[in-house]
Amino acid sequence: MTDSSEDKTTAAGQPAAEGTAPAEASGAATAKAAAPEAEVPEATPAEAAAPEADATEAEASETDVTPVEAAPEPEAEAEPKTEAVPKPVAEPVAASGGTPSAFLEVRDLKVHFPTDDGLVKSVDGLTFRLEKGKTLGIVGESGSGKSVTSLAIMGLHRASRQQRSKVRMSGEIWLDGKELVSAEPDEVRRLRGRQMAMIFQDPLSALHPFYTVGSQIVEAYRVHHDVDKKTARKRAVEMLDRVGIPQPDKRVDDHPHQFSGGMRQRAMIAMALVNNPELLIADEPTTALDVTVQAQILDLIRDLQKEFGSAVIIITHDLGVVAELADDLLVMYGGRCVERGPSDKVFATPQHPYTWGLLGSMPRIDRDQTDRLIPVKGSPPSLINVPSGCAFNPRCPYADVPKDNVTRTVRPELQQVDGRHYSACHLPQEERQRIWTEEIAPKL
Amino acid sequence: MFSYIIRRLISAVILLLIVSAVTFGIFFLLPKLAGQSTDQLAQQYIGKAPTPADIAAVKKNLGLDKPVYEQYWDFLKGIFAGVDYKFGPEAARCHVPCFGYSFKTHLEVWPEIQSRLPVTLSLAAGAAVLWVLSGVATGVLSALRPGSIFDRMAMGVALAGVSLPMFFTGALALALFTYQWPIFERSDYVPLLDDPFGWARTLVLPWVTLAFLYSALYARLTRAGMLETLSEDYIRTARAKGLRERRVVIRHGLRAALTPIITVFGMDLGLLLGGALITEQVFSLKGVGAFAVDSINANDLPNILGVTLLAAFFIVICNLVVDVLYAAVDPRVRLS
Repeated sequence: MTDSSEDKTTAAGQPAAEGTAPAEASGAATAKAAAPEAEVPEATPAEAAAPEADATEAEASETDVTPVEAAPEPEAEAEPKTEAVPKPVAEPVAASGGTPSAFLEVRDLKVHFPTDDGLVKSVDGLTFRLEKGKTLGIVGESGSGKSVTSLAIMGLHRASRQQRSKVRMSGEIWLDGKELVSAEPDEVRRLRGRQMAMIFQDPLSALHPFYTVGSQIVEAYRVHHDVDKKTARKRAVEMLDRVGIPQPDKRVDDHPHQFSGGMRQRAMIAMALVNNPELLIADEPTTALDVTVQAQILDLIRDLQKEFGSAVIIITHDLGVVAELADDLLVMYGGRCVERGPSDKVFATPQHPYTWGLLGSMPRIDRDQTDRLIPVKGSPPSLINVPSGCAFNPRCPYADVPKDNVTRTVRPELQQVDGRHYSACHLPQEERQRIWTEEIAPKL
Repeated sequence: MFSYIIRRLISAVILLLIVSAVTFGIFFLLPKLAGQSTDQLAQQYIGKAPTPADIAAVKKNLGLDKPVYEQYWDFLKGIFAGVDYKFGPEAARCHVPCFGYSFKTHLEVWPEIQSRLPVTLSLAAGAAVLWVLSGVATGVLSALRPGSIFDRMAMGVALAGVSLPMFFTGALALALFTYQWPIFERSDYVPLLDDPFGWARTLVLPWVTLAFLYSALYARLTRAGMLETLSEDYIRTARAKGLRERRVVIRHGLRAALTPIITVFGMDLGLLLGGALITEQVFSLKGVGAFAVDSINANDLPNILGVTLLAAFFIVICNLVVDVLYAAVDPRVRLS
């Protein structure tokens, strides 16, 4: 990995980190005043980029049976808009308001699970957008909120009554002009499998062991298409053929356990794509597979994306996978985005110590074997008691560099580095750039 | 599949042989080892104050003077070929399957059991239908809303059902529904083919009481199984397809949760077919269970032996059926 010298261009777009904090504090205060009964969990000053929207959505999800109009109230959106004026470069996506132009847009998404031990903030204010035909890679270690995010988009935290009683969701998820967080669960169900589909990590446990592969694909097709079994079966065979399963007309009647691991994942992909979804979410699609099969599956996903022109979110902890596929990259830590941007930018000049850690712990063939991998020290943060300030500070080797203990008291917001490249770190940009070029890059 | 069933049948026969040998041993070898003379055994066939000549004759006729293994062999032969006993002037024919004669009534054992089988079968089958339907339904509903009022109430009732003994609930049901409010009169068993309505009416109370006990168990079992299956990955996949929740629960969840229930059901039904001792006693039904209880009270060894073997037979058969069903339900189970 070579370092491109972008110091000068990136420095220009950096706002003053200290300047944004008070503005947000007042924003959070108005939100509390406006809706005191709404759930605003421990609003630290730096929290809530769009507090007003957050409050209304929290109310909406509390009473999820009442039909809440999908489009947010204009008044509710007006406040964060004016509030966003002092820091126009910080969160352009969150501040835009109204129906977004992007195909998929997630705004200040929060997914919290109340438990006996406390509130688990699995996703705590996540914002990103994705266009059709593009691939977004979400990276992060276990428990960083990647899978919870994808399940939230699919509406799978609210599919059953039991699940709905266990989750608190707020924020907005806009899919093709439709808001999903406040939508009726049954409305989201009708989109599932048709407009958006998902591939899961372990195809053996994700396929029903008692039904044939074919019948499971047929079922997926017939939920959304009013066709007879014969037509659906023909479609299933066609899909199995498309994903590269030999003798699809015979294998269609096999049970999942009669397939190999790679074939099972192909079948899973066939099932996900049977309705030509516009959004495909792949949650660690290659983690449970042999290395030799991994590349085939990734190639398949890429080919199919080209063919169908769908938007793809690929969730992984394997940076190699995203390097292969993703146009954009989003690095998650402790339920929040710590860095996002075009993947070539993020790989070339990563701007967050956690991203450096991920890169350092990735084995590479072109590195001397005598060089050690550089693991990220410590363990993932508790999502109940997220470290104050920057969630990464207990594990960050540079936590003491910024003045006034700011890394432990103020939560850093995403700041523009350059173009669409954002990072949430208290380190001054020049310092980050220096550390990357002088200390980190040479070791990789 | 076919060879599997044949093999299972052979092993079932071997199992039954072992059961019969052990039971036979307990009844005819243990008394000997414990010091009881063959005279005393023979005496049980005769009744009060027999003459030594009577005893000797019976001993010879029944083969009680032979070694136990020979007696066992004769017993097995009797089951498959029948036996001719030479009592007095005429030979008495004990028909296939011959389990011998009752000590007390001097009737052949098998026809006695046979005449009581319809009662037991009716009782077990009717109760089984009731408890499977109600138990599984309750369990599924509970699992769908764990912690809800329905769940808590259902599980409370289930706990009561499991804990309250049959002789209590049965007596209570009788007291309430035949004496207090005589909805169901006490009457003797009416054969199904003679009068289906009367048949059902005499059996409703025992059915419900028996089903209450078992459905409580099945409700808890189903609930636990469903909660486990509903957290499986393939349930999430089913939801991700956009299926309606009801279809997810029944077609994907219940189907997988049913397998352990089938296993337990096979055992329970097998046990019940061998006679519902307490239920038949409480409701004065003249079934195999009541017959067994009477025989035990009368120390009527041939009867007890017959009932025991019949019960073992039902359990073995039910288990065989369960294993075959298992393969039909779960395609991962290969019968080989």
